[in-house]
Amino acid sequence: MLRLLARGSGHHGLTEIADSLGLARGTAHGILRTLQRVEFVEQDQTTGRYRLGAALLHLGTSYLDANELRSRSINWADTLAARSGQEVRIGMHHDGAVLVVHHVFRPDDSVQTLGIGAMLPLHATALGKVLLAYDPDLSAAARRRELTSLTRRTITRTQMLERVLTEVRGQGWAGEAEEYMPGEASIAAPIRIPGGLVIGAIGISGAADRLCDSAGRPRATLVRQVVQAAESVTTSLVDEN
Amino acid sequence: MQRFVMAIDQGTTSTRCIVFDQNARLVAVAQREHRQYHPRPGWVEQDAVEIWRNVDRIVPQALRQAGITAEQVVAMGITNQRETFVLWDRHTGVPIGRAIVWEDIRTEDLVAELGKKPGIEEVRDRCGLPLATYFSAPSLRWMLDNVAGLRAKAERGDVLFGTMDTWLIWNLTGGVNGGLHVTDVTNASRTMLMNLSTRQWDPMLLEFFGVPSVILPEIRPSTEISGVTTRVVPGISITAALGDQHAALFGQTCFEKGSIKGTYGTGGFLLMNTGDELVRSKHGLLTTIGYQIGGEPAYALEGSIAVAGSLVQWFRDNLGLIHSAPEIETLARTVKDNGGCYIVPAFSGLFAPHWLSQARGLVVGLTSYINKGHLARAVLEATGWQTREVVDAMNADLGAPTPVLKVDGGMTADHLLMQFIADVLDIPVQRPLVAETVSLGAAYAAGLAAGYWPDLEGLRRNWHLAARWNPVMDAQHRENEYANWKRAVELTFAWARSSPST
Repeated sequence: MLRLLARGSGHHGLTEIADSLGLARGTAHGILRTLQRVEFVEQDQTTGRYRLGAALLHLGTSYLDANELRSRSINWADTLAARSGQEVRIGMHHDGAVLVVHHVFRPDDSVQTLGIGAMLPLHATALGKVLLAYDPDLSAAARRRELTSLTRRTITRTQMLERVLTEVRGQGWAGEAEEYMPGEASIAAPIRIPGGLVIGAIGISGAADRLCDSAGRPRATLVRQVVQAAESVTTSLVDEN
Repeated sequence: MQRFVMAIDQGTTSTRCIVFDQNARLVAVAQREHRQYHPRPGWVEQDAVEIWRNVDRIVPQALRQAGITAEQVVAMGITNQRETFVLWDRHTGVPIGRAIVWEDIRTEDLVAELGKKPGIEEVRDRCGLPLATYFSAPSLRWMLDNVAGLRAKAERGDVLFGTMDTWLIWNLTGGVNGGLHVTDVTNASRTMLMNLSTRQWDPMLLEFFGVPSVILPEIRPSTEISGVTTRVVPGISITAALGDQHAALFGQTCFEKGSIKGTYGTGGFLLMNTGDELVRSKHGLLTTIGYQIGGEPAYALEGSIAVAGSLVQWFRDNLGLIHSAPEIETLARTVKDNGGCYIVPAFSGLFAPHWLSQARGLVVGLTSYINKGHLARAVLEATGWQTREVVDAMNADLGAPTPVLKVDGGMTADHLLMQFIADVLDIPVQRPLVAETVSLGAAYAAGLAAGYWPDLEGLRRNWHLAARWNPVMDAQHRENEYANWKRAVELTFAWARSSPST
């Protein structure tokens, strides 16, 4: 279907497309709707005809600009910090690590340092685990490397990491307690671009006894707030793209 | 029963209704855009009835979104685009023509003419503003001169004048059935008709602009509006009104003398609280009222940067070098410095502190080495240096350096720019957790008037730091770069002089 649209006039109606490809109209329509949702195909508002979409041009570099992501998510990150009372970071993968593209201070007016541009380890942070869980190439690369031990709780065995990443995919968020820094914990959830690809993660971090319950599990209310913030950012990317 | 404060932000392109809780957290937002009319080149108008209808929709919508009733709203604050005004028939409530927007430059010739009238220096002394097209008085004079029969009708007392706060309050409190005809002191301070010392309409200014006093609303302190809605959602107390930039100053809790806020959107608006001191600028700034809580006003100095975010939009739309505004930062980071290139965006002249309407923009320092990354840097740096010029003027006028700049607006998402502003000012730049400082300021003023918040200290406790950029630039490098920027600005003056036709 994409090849058909890439050829000749590049503008075709539904019937034309279905007939040319020997598909039932309903089937063609379903495929077109899917392609439209991920912006590989656009529909002309006035004629109703279909053509190739802008997203195809960026297929090789299908990431979102880091500064664009910060700009789109800034209000949601602020809201998350206000609700959770914790500091918020947004991370993207860069060069085998988490690149912090946005940082909101913990709203308690203590002295804090802006951490935009910092690099965090993938295997020892909640942000990093989210990025690993949804990127098969990245997790394969992580498996081949030695997992550096940062605290006595850091996951250093690849089998263990695999189990944790499967769990992350199952529950839709990642947590970590004292795996990066003693006394600290973090919770993060995935940010997706239209079509479902995970391009970043948003999360909170803070004192382990604040983020986790007595059993050492991330508190359910905080997890809910993080997941909601991630969903809000994801929705805003759909809206404005 | 949990209680809330509501703000209506009547902006240039849209009107919003926002509900806040006691911790200044945003509970609901409803928004509607209104049409911009450009009947002739340079004319910008809006339909005041459309704006009123939008308010009629968004207030109930915000209540629904928050899941609360009108009884739970302890106070409503109104904030608005400044200088824009409308005239309407006192007996029918029907506007006379459309509202004239602050961006409208139809009075260019009239302003040049008025500028030659005797008493013009006195005008600036009394109202604190230089004569310019975007303040209300010249456009009001234009209406009175150009709409058939209007002056006679106005003098008979059949016409009411109002900035957008006044228009909304009059309608919300009953319109033709006893609507309150009031404005707050900050909005009145942008008309050129109010005396800054008395904070009342000034007979000399009314005489100068030929405005009959009978059409003007009563001027009240920002927190003494004292109306109750009878329409839209009846029974809500309207307790405060403030111009949008003044509301931002208040929302940023810039309560101390010498504190400055900068709002970075299409343009940049810097306001410095000068406390009880009415500072007449010797460095090209405007004098205005920051806000007035009760008896005594807090005065303010204002410096506006005409082109800030709009330079990034120009870079995107007219040059096509980026796809979205935030990408300017990505492009700027492909190089380590500006490569000797500077852009002075004097698209429609230079505002504060130069005030040169004939100046035009320029790009200087081009060599074969310069690429689009350097240009992107120069675009962002232009906003930084313009901020430096305004803050320098503010410090010089007040005689003391400000310790920190509090920022808000869409461009605060640009990390490189915020760092650059901290670097060129050599003071920390701080971003608060609530980005909606304009609405928040109106809500604060309203809640303060209604006793929802006890005092300014209570409001200050709600202000939380979301980000802080500390200066790191080497002092020598900063001074060299600033000298280069100043040379570039001077070149725009030279260009203006050499082309009298512009």
